Amino acid sequence: MELSVLLPFIVNVIVGGLILGFVYAIIALGYTMVYGVLQLINFAHSEVFITGAVVGFEIFRILQDSPMNGYLKLLLALMSAMVVSGLLNVLIERLAYRPLRGAPRLVPLITAIGVSLILQDVLRFLEGLQGRFDLTYTLPAGFGNKFCAAEGSSCAPLGNFLRSVGVDVQLKDVILVVVALVSLTVLNYVVNRTRLGKAIRAVSQDRVTAGLMGIDSNRMISATFLIGGALGGVSGVLFGIKFGTVNAYSGFDPGIIAFTAAVLGGIGSIPGAVLGGLLLGVIQNLIGVMNIFGDLLGIDNLGTIDASYSKIGPFIVLVLILIFKPTGLLGKSNVEKV
Amino acid sequence: MTVANPAKPAVRPPTVQPDRTFWLMLFFIVSSVLLLVSHSPEMLRNLGPLGDVLRNKVIEALVVSLFLANVLFAYLWKAANWAKLIVGLGSLLFVLPLAGQTDTSLLDLSIQIMIFAALALGLNIVVGLAGLLDLGYVAFFAVGAYTWGIFASPRFGEVLRYYGENPGSTGAGTLAIGLVLTAVTAGSMVYIKGLQARVAPTRLSDRSFLLAGIGLLAGIILVARSIVVLSSGSAEALANGISPGFFWLFLALSIMAAAVVGLLIGLPVLKLKGDYLAIITLGLGEVIRVLANNLDLYTAGSQGITPVGSASVPWFNSLAGTLGFRPDQYNLLFLYMLVLVMIAVVLLVNVRLDQSRIGRAWIAIRDDEIAAQAMGVPLMQTKLIAFATGASFAGVMGMIFAAKQTFISPESFNLLQSILVLSMVVLGGMGSFSGVILGAAVVTLLNLRILPGLGEASANVSWIPQEVNPANYNRFIFGSILVAMMLLRPEGLLPNKRRTRELHHGEDQEDESEDGNAGGLKAGGDVYSAGLATIKEDDRPGGSR
Repeated sequence: MELSVLLPFIVNVIVGGLILGFVYAIIALGYTMVYGVLQLINFAHSEVFITGAVVGFEIFRILQDSPMNGYLKLLLALMSAMVVSGLLNVLIERLAYRPLRGAPRLVPLITAIGVSLILQDVLRFLEGLQGRFDLTYTLPAGFGNKFCAAEGSSCAPLGNFLRSVGVDVQLKDVILVVVALVSLTVLNYVVNRTRLGKAIRAVSQDRVTAGLMGIDSNRMISATFLIGGALGGVSGVLFGIKFGTVNAYSGFDPGIIAFTAAVLGGIGSIPGAVLGGLLLGVIQNLIGVMNIFGDLLGIDNLGTIDASYSKIGPFIVLVLILIFKPTGLLGKSNVEKV
Repeated sequence: MTVANPAKPAVRPPTVQPDRTFWLMLFFIVSSVLLLVSHSPEMLRNLGPLGDVLRNKVIEALVVSLFLANVLFAYLWKAANWAKLIVGLGSLLFVLPLAGQTDTSLLDLSIQIMIFAALALGLNIVVGLAGLLDLGYVAFFAVGAYTWGIFASPRFGEVLRYYGENPGSTGAGTLAIGLVLTAVTAGSMVYIKGLQARVAPTRLSDRSFLLAGIGLLAGIILVARSIVVLSSGSAEALANGISPGFFWLFLALSIMAAAVVGLLIGLPVLKLKGDYLAIITLGLGEVIRVLANNLDLYTAGSQGITPVGSASVPWFNSLAGTLGFRPDQYNLLFLYMLVLVMIAVVLLVNVRLDQSRIGRAWIAIRDDEIAAQAMGVPLMQTKLIAFATGASFAGVMGMIFAAKQTFISPESFNLLQSILVLSMVVLGGMGSFSGVILGAAVVTLLNLRILPGLGEASANVSWIPQEVNPANYNRFIFGSILVAMMLLRPEGLLPNKRRTRELHHGEDQEDESEDGNAGGLKAGGDVYSAGLATIKEDDRPGGSR
């Protein structure tokens, strides 16, 4: 392969990875926020976000024939997914985690795994009642368009720019990145600029002392679960838009990758989750095309590594981080006291 | 709490129990007759409408559960020792094989239950005793299964043929180089270890040890590859895998292979604890599954390996023949007896380990890692032993599983299987051997008999849509088991005495360590100040009430 062909190809792989990374980043925020306040890996988060994806699918399906503007449909889908996922997350916390506060760490962790399994089958059941299992997203018209359809046709200014760089993206990818950035900005504002965010941060630092200062820690934990779930809803819709199909069980893989992203960035740290998500998206895409590099460099063994191996990339990364820098890239180290 | 010592049930308070010898024997006889009748087609035909009832899948599952309850009651109830012995041995060695003679699926089910019981006992060591949550446990099961599966199937011949056709530069010379490399690096590793024993270990010696280890690995790979290439001539002769006589050798090898993989995974990972350990073992389990899925040459990818051979034991076959079994049932009966022996061994090892120094070290680590370390428990070593022991049980059972199914594919080793085993441990009671076996029996029965039975029964019911078949909802069942047990009865069905005390001691005395922060990762537990009670989670701080 010529370098002139390879360079745009690599750029495309990286840009694709970054777009994927934004989805992971938003999912990872759900993990990292809950971990921040409760030190609990919310295994059920992958189902919360798939619930968001399912809600998004249903909204798009209901609005399929209406003459409504595509962006309005997207907004409706996002809003309903946020509400449903957020409330679901609060409900899970109330029923499954709160009674276990103070139990040994293993106990809520096992509960979280159980909740995740239950939710998978409940979702499957609900969709199964209508005879649907694999949900295929039918997006509003135009979302799947490329910016420049053919070589000579007219382009939007953005399309011209993208073509000059040699990047090939669809409108839905741009929408995805914009939605992700907007939710990140809002989250950043809420956590760092509002009273609620201040209280959440206080609870995550030390629940007991925060209580002594007049903060109702249970309410703050519920609020965190609400925000985390709402982000899960957003990411679910984005995931559906990106991949086109979801089913009740498809939350596991992105969930685990997003968790890895949260650990990579330093769990509990919001910018860390975003950085980790973006990095992992790129890593995954690069592993997926490693056989092409193998062909290029004449290394036989790389030629057998195909996209199916890209699933284990995050785990290798996770092992390496936890061995060499357990606090993650942006995490602060916790000094353990006896 | 031991099975070897059934006269002393550990959990219940020392109240005097009524002697239930009579009831035990009565229950044994009734349930055995029910089992035998419900699994013999001729008797069912003679019974008419009652036979139809007994043939119903759900009823059949109930009968099997009732029968298996015998063994549990023999363990739990106060009864004469002879009665317990008769019930235990009689039902496992006599009645079950007899019923299996007319319905092989019963033998199949009991083997499955015992395989899972051994798996659960292995995981119980890791999770229940040492407190290390391992979500990739099924990976070791896979290692055992593939160790036997590759060699006892046509796969082995195909691997040899492949290397015969693509020898690369491998030959006698490479073999020599590999052997020298292996010997030199192994020798230097021993030398460095000896040096470390005499002088204080330095970073440098650590690194050279690691380097020598990598060299050793490379040497072994070279040797193995060249041996495979050199012996590729016999590929045709091995078209059906190696001789069944190697079964016993591989039984030992699969234990070792799984234990070594356990060590390899454990070494880097066991520095972590709690949730991180859970997630990383989950990841490594997935890595092994993805490898099994993608290393097409060795594992036949997602198609799976088939047929996997089993041991041939002539004297057992003739024995089974004289007892009236059909030749196609010999192997299953043999595996049933083998599993029975294996589970007895596993149980014995478990009980002995639990009472040994290592067992106490595990429990110390589970309860408080830092305190245990301060008391001189070697942390890494003790954890690794737990990991490797648990893994070796899984390895040997994996091999028996492969021999029973005659087919293995990566699908049998996914995360859901790990969680299945975990739910057995949790349901029965972490740390309690009898409980774990009970959990395995209940969950396996649910999974293999009751849910499919319900599915079949509901298939003809009009108001249940066809898409919603109860047989597809086993995740829901496992999940509910996990959540319900954790919320309502965290000590499990047949709890371990010590564990119960730990989980409930907050109820009768002030718990000092566990309310307050959710975990030990952050700074200490409660904030004490003079004259103020500790803050309980349920209190709404800030004067809001």
